Amino acid sequence: MKISPLLALTALLALAITLALGLAPDAAGWSRRGKSDNVFALMFGDGRKLFANQFFTMADVYFHSGYYPSIFDKNSGEQKEIISASHGRKETEEDEKNEDFLGKPRDWIDAFGRNFKIAQHTHLEHGNEREILPWLRLAADLDPQKVETYTVGAFFLREHLNRPDQAETFLREGLRNNPDSYEILFELGRLYRESSHDADRARNVWELGVRKFLAQPLDQQKDNKLVFEEIVVNLAHLEDEAGNYGTAIHWLQTALKLSPNPTGLQKQIDAIQKKMAALLPVAPAKLY
Amino acid sequence: MNKIFTLAGVVIKELYRRKDFYVLFVLTAVLTLAAGAVNFFRDEKIVRYVKDICLLLIWISSLVITIVTAARQIPAEREARTIFPLLAKPVSRGQVIAGKFLGCWFATGIALVVFYFFFAVITGSKEQTWPVLTYLEAAWMQWCLLAIVIALVLLGSIYFAAPSSTSTISFIVVAGILLVGGHLHVIALQQPEPMQTVLTFVYYLMPHLEWFYLSDFVIYDFGRVPLLKIAEASVYAAVWTEILLLLAWLGFRRKNLTT
Repeated sequence: MKISPLLALTALLALAITLALGLAPDAAGWSRRGKSDNVFALMFGDGRKLFANQFFTMADVYFHSGYYPSIFDKNSGEQKEIISASHGRKETEEDEKNEDFLGKPRDWIDAFGRNFKIAQHTHLEHGNEREILPWLRLAADLDPQKVETYTVGAFFLREHLNRPDQAETFLREGLRNNPDSYEILFELGRLYRESSHDADRARNVWELGVRKFLAQPLDQQKDNKLVFEEIVVNLAHLEDEAGNYGTAIHWLQTALKLSPNPTGLQKQIDAIQKKMAALLPVAPAKLY
Repeated sequence: MNKIFTLAGVVIKELYRRKDFYVLFVLTAVLTLAAGAVNFFRDEKIVRYVKDICLLLIWISSLVITIVTAARQIPAEREARTIFPLLAKPVSRGQVIAGKFLGCWFATGIALVVFYFFFAVITGSKEQTWPVLTYLEAAWMQWCLLAIVIALVLLGSIYFAAPSSTSTISFIVVAGILLVGGHLHVIALQQPEPMQTVLTFVYYLMPHLEWFYLSDFVIYDFGRVPLLKIAEASVYAAVWTEILLLLAWLGFRRKNLTT
C-alpha cells in the first residue's frame, strides 16, 4: 500500500498536536525549574548561588572604589566590609593598616604598575553608596536565601541614602524568602526605630526575632550569638527609653550571658538600677 | 614611507568592509543600553555598573577586532598569492610588516574612537559629567596596549600555521598577562624550584599589558594618572612593539612564501 507523503505529513502533524494538547498540563509539573518564578533559577538552577556570591563581592569592591584584594593578595578571604559597616562597626586605624593588602612594592615593575591601578583605600560616601545597589539587587535575585544581601542593602538604603521606604520593601522581600531570619527582623526593627521612630513596631519585630533565634537548634544558636546580642541590647535600650526599666534589665542580663564585653553591659544595668532607685517613693521621716 | 601608508590604507578599508566591527559595536551598544535601562531601587543616578559593563565590552570587542584582523593579514596574502605581486612592486618584506602593523593599529584606533564616543555619550547622559581627559587617557593607554598586541599577533602569524591558531594562542597570552601578569612574581614565590626561577624570569621578560588597563579610574571616578607616567608607559609600549615587529620581520625575511 502506498501512502501519499501529504497524507503522512497531515497524520503526523495531527498526532503531534494531539500529543501536545494531551501532555501539556502534565509537562509543566515534570521539571521543578518550570515552577520557578525567578528567571535566574530557571536559567542556572542552584548554580546561580555561585554568581550571587560573586555579585555580593562586587558590591564590596564598589564600596572600596576598586581597591580590593585579588585571590593572589593577602586579606583576600577577609569578611566583607559592607557587612561590618551594616552592623555599625567603625574602622579603626589598625583595621586600615590591616587592609593595606598591597604593602610595599616588591620590585620596580610592581612599583611602576601601581601608578595605573587604584592603590588608595577609600569608601563610597556622600550618596555614592547607591552604586553598590545593582550588585546587591542581582545577588538577591540569584540567591534569595542569602540573608546578608537584604540586611546590607537595607542598611545602605536607610542609613546613607535616606530611603527607608525602599529599605523596608527590600527587607520585606527578604523576609518572604527567609521567614525565619532574625537578622532581617533585626534590621527591620532598626528601620522602625531609627527611621520611622515607631518604638512599638520595633519592639514587636525584635521580640519576634528573639523567638526565631531561640527556636533554632543549640549549635546554630552558638554560631550566631552576635546578632542575638545586638537584638537584645537594642531591645534593652528601647525599653529603657520607654521607662520599662525592669524589662530593660531583663534584656541586658540576657545579653550579659553571651557578650564578650560583659563589663560594659553591667555598667548599663547599674545605670538603669540607679534610675529605678531614684524613682522609688521616699518614706517620710518621723517628725517626733 | 608612502608604500607603508598605502599598505596601511588597504588594511583600514578591509576593516570597514568586513562585518566584525559592526557586529561587535551593535552588540556592545545593545547590551549597554539594555543594562542602562534597568532601574534599581528607583534610583536614576546609579551609573557605575553601566560604565563597568560598557568598558568590559569595549575591551573584549577591541581585542577581538585587533587579534582577528592582525592574525589574518599575512596568511591571507599568502593564501590568495597576492603577496608575490605585492613584493614585486617593489615593496620590501619589512615594509609589508610595517604597513600591516600601521593599518591594523589605525583601524583599531578608529574602532576605539567610535566605542569611546558611544561610551562618553551614554555615561555622560546619565551622569551629566564629561571627564573627557580621563576618557582620552584610558583610550590612549588601551590603544598603546593594542599596538603591542598587534605586533605580537603579527609575529605569531609568521610562525603559526593558520590564523585560527594564531588568534587562539594570542587570546590566551593576552588574557593571561592581563589577568595574572601583575601577580606572577607572587605566584612564583609559592612554587618549588625550578618553576620559581622560570616564572620569575617570565615575569621580568614579558610585556606588562596590565599597566595599560585604566578602566578602574574611569568607572570609579578616581581622577587621572599623571601625564609623565602615561608618557613613560607609552615609551614602554613603543619599545615592546618595536621588539616584536623586529622579531616578526626577522621571521618573515627568511620565510619561504611558496609553501
